[in-house]
Amino acid sequence: MNVRLYALQRATALVMVPLVLLHIAVIFYAARVGLSAADILARTRGSIGWATFYAVFVLAAATHGAIGVRSVAADWAGVRGGKLDILTWGLGMILAALGLRAVAAVVLP
Amino acid sequence: MAAALEVLIWRGKADGRYQAFTVPLRESQTVLDVVTWVQRHQDPTLAYRFACRVGMCGSCAMTVNGRPRWTCRTHIAKVAANGRVEIGPLANMPPIKDLACDMGEFFAKWQRAKGAFAPSTSRRDPIERIAPATAPRLAADAAIECINCAVCYAACDSVRWNRDYLGPAALNRAWTLINDQRDAGQDARLAAVAADGGCHACHSHQSCQEHCPKGLNPVASIAGLKRRTLQAYVRGEL
Repeated sequence: MNVRLYALQRATALVMVPLVLLHIAVIFYAARVGLSAADILARTRGSIGWATFYAVFVLAAATHGAIGVRSVAADWAGVRGGKLDILTWGLGMILAALGLRAVAAVVLP
Repeated sequence: MAAALEVLIWRGKADGRYQAFTVPLRESQTVLDVVTWVQRHQDPTLAYRFACRVGMCGSCAMTVNGRPRWTCRTHIAKVAANGRVEIGPLANMPPIKDLACDMGEFFAKWQRAKGAFAPSTSRRDPIERIAPATAPRLAADAAIECINCAVCYAACDSVRWNRDYLGPAALNRAWTLINDQRDAGQDARLAAVAADGGCHACHSHQSCQEHCPKGLNPVASIAGLKRRTLQAYVRGEL
C-alpha cells in the first residue's frame, strides 16, 4: 500500500458514499411502491442517467474492491511483487466486466 | 503464592525451545531480576540484554507471556499467574541467542524511513530559534522521546505480516523530523514514507501505542504522515 493506492481508495470511497445512499433509496422506493421487474426496466432502458450512475458505481466499486483485496492478499497471504499486481488488476477487471455487463443488461434498449 | 517460580526461558535461535527453571520468589521481583538470577546461579550460558535496569534505556525488552515489555519494569507479581512465567526474545526480529535478538533490520528501516536529521545550516550560521509552542514543534515533541527499544515493532501485526513495512518506531521518528523546521530532507522523507511499506501499510491496530513503555503514540504520528503524504500527492509534489 502506497500513497497512490491510498489516495485512489479514499477517492473511490468518497465517490461511492452518495451513490450507495441513492442506490439504497431507490431500492426502498421500488419496494415501497411495488415496482415489478418490467416497471423497473421500463425506467432504466435507454436511460443515459441510470447508465452513467451505475457505470460510475461499478468502476468505483471494482477499483476499491481490488485495492482492498490487494492489501488483504499482501498482509495475510504474503503475495508480493508481480503476482500481487496481476491479482489486483485481474480482480478489478473481472469485477468491472461483470458489473458493466449487469448495467448493460438493464440500460441497453 | 508459592515460594518458587516456574520460569520458561527461550534458548537457542529461531529453532530453539523453552527451557524450564525454578527460581526463588522474592518480594518486588522484576522479570529482569529473574533472568539475572538464572544466569548467575543456574546457567551462565544464558544470553540476554540489559543496561540501566531502571526503566530508562529500553535494552531489556523481551517477550513476557506473549507480550513485549521492559523486563526491568515488569513486576513478577503482575505477570506470574499460578507461579509461572514465560520469557522469550522480542518478536519480529531473528533471535541471535536466547533472549537477545538481531535488531539490524529494525535500525535499517529507521534509515530507510529517513529517520535521520538532515541539517539545513552549518556551524558558521547563527543558531536557529525554535519556538516551543508552535503546532509542528508540539507535534514533534509529543513523539520525540522514543529510545528505539523496539517494543512497538515487536508488538506490531503489520510488521509481522509485511516484511517491507517500515514499522511504528521508524515512522514515528520520521514524523518528528517532518515537523522539524530545521530539517532540509523533507522531500526524500515524504517519498520514503509514501512508498510501499511506508505509513500506508499501517492499519491502525494500535498495538504500538498500547505497548509503548514511554506512552508514545505512533498511530497518531502515522496518521499525521498519511495526511501529509496525501496532501503532497494531491498537490502533485510526490
